[in-house]
Amino acid sequence: MSYIQGETGDWEIVIGLEVHAQVISNAKLFSGAATAFGAEPNSQVSFVDAAFPGMLPVINEHCIEQAVRTGLGLKAQINLHSVFDRKNYFYADLPQGYQISQYLQPIVGKGEIVLDLPDGSSRTVGVTRLHLEQDAGKSLHDQHPAKTYIDLNRSGVALMEIVSEPDMRTAEEAGAYVRKLRSILRYLGTCDGNMEEGSMRCDVNVSVRKPGAPFGTRCEIKNVNSIRFVMQAIEYEARRQIEIIEEGGKIDQETRLWDTTKFVTRSMRSKEEAHDYRYFPDPDLLPLELDADWVEDIKKTLPELPDDKKARFISEYKLSPYDANVLVSEKARADFYEAVAKGRDPKLAANWVTGELFGYLNKAGKEIEESPVSAENLGGLIDLIADNTISGRIAKEVFEAMFETGEKPADIVEKKGLRQVTDTGAIESSIDAVLAANADKVAEFRSGKDKLFGFFVGQVMKATQGKANPALVNEILMAKLKG
Amino acid sequence: MSLDKATVAKIAHLARIKVPDDELDHLAGELSQILTFVEQLGEVDTQDVPPMTSVAAQTLRRRKDEVTDGGYRDAVLSNGPETAEGFYVVPKVVE
Repeated sequence: MSYIQGETGDWEIVIGLEVHAQVISNAKLFSGAATAFGAEPNSQVSFVDAAFPGMLPVINEHCIEQAVRTGLGLKAQINLHSVFDRKNYFYADLPQGYQISQYLQPIVGKGEIVLDLPDGSSRTVGVTRLHLEQDAGKSLHDQHPAKTYIDLNRSGVALMEIVSEPDMRTAEEAGAYVRKLRSILRYLGTCDGNMEEGSMRCDVNVSVRKPGAPFGTRCEIKNVNSIRFVMQAIEYEARRQIEIIEEGGKIDQETRLWDTTKFVTRSMRSKEEAHDYRYFPDPDLLPLELDADWVEDIKKTLPELPDDKKARFISEYKLSPYDANVLVSEKARADFYEAVAKGRDPKLAANWVTGELFGYLNKAGKEIEESPVSAENLGGLIDLIADNTISGRIAKEVFEAMFETGEKPADIVEKKGLRQVTDTGAIESSIDAVLAANADKVAEFRSGKDKLFGFFVGQVMKATQGKANPALVNEILMAKLKG
Repeated sequence: MSLDKATVAKIAHLARIKVPDDELDHLAGELSQILTFVEQLGEVDTQDVPPMTSVAAQTLRRRKDEVTDGGYRDAVLSNGPETAEGFYVVPKVVE
């Protein structure tokens, strides 16, 4: 357990997360308007989404399937009977005056998420529930000094609200939770997880307590839109609360905002009285009844998820938990790795993918899908090392050229003349030349200065531009020096 | 069940209905009467009766995931008291 040191001793942070994940679908949850991001304002709005009188919601069956698929991916209970409720509040981007949501009877019940922590260990966090609801429209406050502009394109888009148990104790764990949840959603194809575009948003509940004490009063930090901000907001908020309590104050349960320029949380007072949502079942919608066989059919179509893939990579390829984590975090990375590893040394393949390739991609700011080096070509490079055409050292030079040009490794080796010298005659003559030019050092070596061996190896490699097979150089050099 | 003045004022506020103070007593009486009328339903024992969600035996109708609606911005905006550049325009609402 990691605690925060206060004036009065150790404090423990208690964190629960509510993630709003936009469902991948063509049309909205209760209307036939499009969901595409970045369209002209109010161009993807039906009369249902704008809450014109008399318009009735009709549920999109694909959104139901996506919620069930996500529930299954979180190893959660699927509720065959669930109910849509109205959550009543007034805001300019909510034309209905209520959000259609699920309250007491959500579509998905208890599940779990396994966190992969930086030290390679794992920890399971409970998922309380997942429910379907409508997204609100978007308010733009920066278009006019005295006015707010409203775009309803997002109004009515399907969201899954995924609520965790208050099981996390550090900002790192909260970060790992969001990362893992995003990875699972992407594997499932139910949410694109793009936090910048707002298709995944986070509400963070934070409280502090003395270790072992009951839960303290929590504050909710609304709409945090990056993993980094989630972690920063938790750190700040925990210290703020500890300071208040230690000075004899008391925490008010309230909604707060993360200020991304000042790096502080601040109160959103106006939200307070709106907390009386007066939920009631939406009279426009019957309860949602699911067929158990239909749920089973969806279960059969689930892909191999990150946890299973990680376990398989560890057992099948003998990778470390750390490497396996790095590779399975995105499906495209895992697929790339498997294509490279097929029929080759899996550990060597993992080193090349997580080391050179990810390093270069990172530096270039590219995703794996945009890699100039294909899995086939990276595999080809590893084959050239395995059959002694090039040394591991030269391979790095070849890789750099591959990354720049996208060419095949064999072509680069030929063009640049990088083929490893395995001809003993050629290596012998290089060694002879080096020994002749350094007669004094040879004498020193023979009189017991063993450390000079490295110097001779270096000279030979230099003379052969690094192309001499290192094992042969060692062997012949040693024989000659001892000679 | 009888509602006091403060509760009526709160309900009115949540519904964003402006009610002058001198009307609160009258409204409290009316609302209390309605509640008392509805409360008679509590006399029926519904212990083991599932809630009735529809008069006819039907299930929730579903729609295919196809784009069939939208794309008529001018019609959507036509009832807005103020619009600009394709947006609804409202008084500034910001934290």
